[in-house]
Amino acid sequence: MDYRTVLTTCTHCGCGCNFYLEVLDGRVIGTIPCKTSPINEGKLCIKGWNVHEFIQSKKRLTQPLLRKNGELTEVSWDEALDFTARRLKEIKDAHGADSLAFLTSARVTNEENYLFQKFCRAAIGTNNVDHCARL
Amino acid sequence: MAGLAASFGSGAMTNSIAELEDSDCIFIIGSNTTSSHPLVATRIFRAKQKGARLIVADPRRIQLATMADVHVRHNLGTDVALLNGMMHVILKEGWHNQGFIDERTEGFEDLKKVLDAYTPEKAAEITGVSADDIIKMAEYYAKAKAGSIVYCMGITQHTTGVDNVKTLANLSMITGHIGRESTGVNPLRGQNNVQGACDMGGLPNVYPAYLAVTDPNNQKKFESAWNAKLSDKVGLTVSEMMSGLSHGQLKALYILGENPMVSDPDTAHVEKALKAAELLVVQDIFLTPTAQLAHVVLPGASFAEKDGTFSNTERRVMRVRKAIDPVGNARPDWEIIKEISNRFGYPMEYETPEEIMKEISSVTPSYGGITYQRLEGEGLQWPCPTTDHPGTRFLHKDKFVRGKGLFYAIEFKPPAEVVDEEFPFWFTTGRVFAHYHTGTMTRNCPTLDSEIHEGFLEVNPGDAEGLGLRHGDAVSVSSRRGQMTAKTMVTDRVDKGVVFMPFHFIESSANVLTNTALDPVCKIPELKVCAVKLEKVA
Repeated sequence: MDYRTVLTTCTHCGCGCNFYLEVLDGRVIGTIPCKTSPINEGKLCIKGWNVHEFIQSKKRLTQPLLRKNGELTEVSWDEALDFTARRLKEIKDAHGADSLAFLTSARVTNEENYLFQKFCRAAIGTNNVDHCARL
Repeated sequence: MAGLAASFGSGAMTNSIAELEDSDCIFIIGSNTTSSHPLVATRIFRAKQKGARLIVADPRRIQLATMADVHVRHNLGTDVALLNGMMHVILKEGWHNQGFIDERTEGFEDLKKVLDAYTPEKAAEITGVSADDIIKMAEYYAKAKAGSIVYCMGITQHTTGVDNVKTLANLSMITGHIGRESTGVNPLRGQNNVQGACDMGGLPNVYPAYLAVTDPNNQKKFESAWNAKLSDKVGLTVSEMMSGLSHGQLKALYILGENPMVSDPDTAHVEKALKAAELLVVQDIFLTPTAQLAHVVLPGASFAEKDGTFSNTERRVMRVRKAIDPVGNARPDWEIIKEISNRFGYPMEYETPEEIMKEISSVTPSYGGITYQRLEGEGLQWPCPTTDHPGTRFLHKDKFVRGKGLFYAIEFKPPAEVVDEEFPFWFTTGRVFAHYHTGTMTRNCPTLDSEIHEGFLEVNPGDAEGLGLRHGDAVSVSSRRGQMTAKTMVTDRVDKGVVFMPFHFIESSANVLTNTALDPVCKIPELKVCAVKLEKVA
């Protein structure tokens, strides 16, 4: 039996409460609020207490999907990544960088947001990048 | 955020969450704090316990309203009139802070001229709030030692969103409730890392740290850091992307972890736009309604499956740590972006998120002193320019980021859509305690799903009686943009003539009805106000 707790930050709202995710044999089984957090001081709301429940939901996407004959079909990473990079390039070549747009995410990490806007600005060459700050 | 940046020079919560509990007057407007930011509400409860006065301005009788010293239900979209009325009273009674105004601000004379007309009686006429209540609100806030303003999307999701925010900034400056402990103007950010996404340059007009893309010096700096030629043209906002797709100028959209089919106004318009794309890439953890329309779907990893950082609403950068491996063949989003960039022909060579953070701190002045090692413990609040800087608890201490605080003289403007004979009810939207945004995560938590399983429409008992609606009855709701059916919840949380619906539920999606009319400056849609009609479903 392998039981671990991992300190992290909640993903459900802008409060940014800290808690430990309880992991038993590779399954996330619960949350324990962090008492020394300057934000939540050992407390959590109902969304925080239950945040572990969606992580390993059966409905999670586990394989890339590509639309073939109108249907989203499971494919390998190589196929999905090659398709995406190739189509982005074709569209940029045919219609220019400003014909592409990117929605980054208030859900992913700072590092990922940074990388995504860098890709959009430096690789594609457009400032068409936004996210749901206004929603 | 555009509003606060214009008034103060920085678009972020001015003070910290913990400071709220030592404020002696908290003015909450357009934030259902107990539902949407429960751990901020805890501090408000504590402040109340310590004797603080609470002022709540919200069209709904939200939980905080039940413990408020004064709760007003102003008509939807009349915030500027309400706040101008308060300021009129403050100036007339001499409760303003002339020393602060003289020393720290500019533009006061113009504001004064505009405020002249907003007598409590005139404000009462526009807002539906009694003149006595407006005077009481003005007195409580102005006479406090440390007054705090807390707001959320109830202020910003309007065609006058920027005006509303600038008016709150005006209120804080005429009373000097800014730049000190436990005061300030505090926008609560809705998404867990919306602050971070903005800080990192996830916006069409700025690079990381809000450096304008139109400034040649910034362009040069990032061209050399990224070794690429950059565009000096401001990009498109979300709403402009949607119309760009519909009209054909835009050919491709790559969406990372967002769900515009549920979160954006006028769903029919969004669906038409997404279907028009020659290429729609969606990277997400679930097959959302948006992902179902994609040409290619890339499975990302959840927050529990990767390392990184989030920045919360009080500018605090904190660690996210990997607890388990990604489920199935999902991959961390940063790895997916890196792979695509490499295949596209722009090499990226990061091995870990920590390496990316090193690059971030080297190009982002406000994150200059942030390293993973220093984030152990409580995290760091930006601005944190150097590795020996302790971080910043509250902003604008001795001077505003822009130098002097700038007053804007703002007149009240009505919302883009108002009720009429055909659509006689005011319609507004928001969140419920058990769910978050489009419900992609929370509706997949069985415990949360069983708390609140479906959407509903809050209707005042008087209106329900007039329409022959009982609790639980199906009601058809239509606006100029769409029609949907929901269950009736009869409650006096809403006033007569106003109905409310949470927007988490795709089956009865509030955004089928909402208006795409935008604020002219920051392009936020007016999600909080539109006109609808109700009919009982036979």
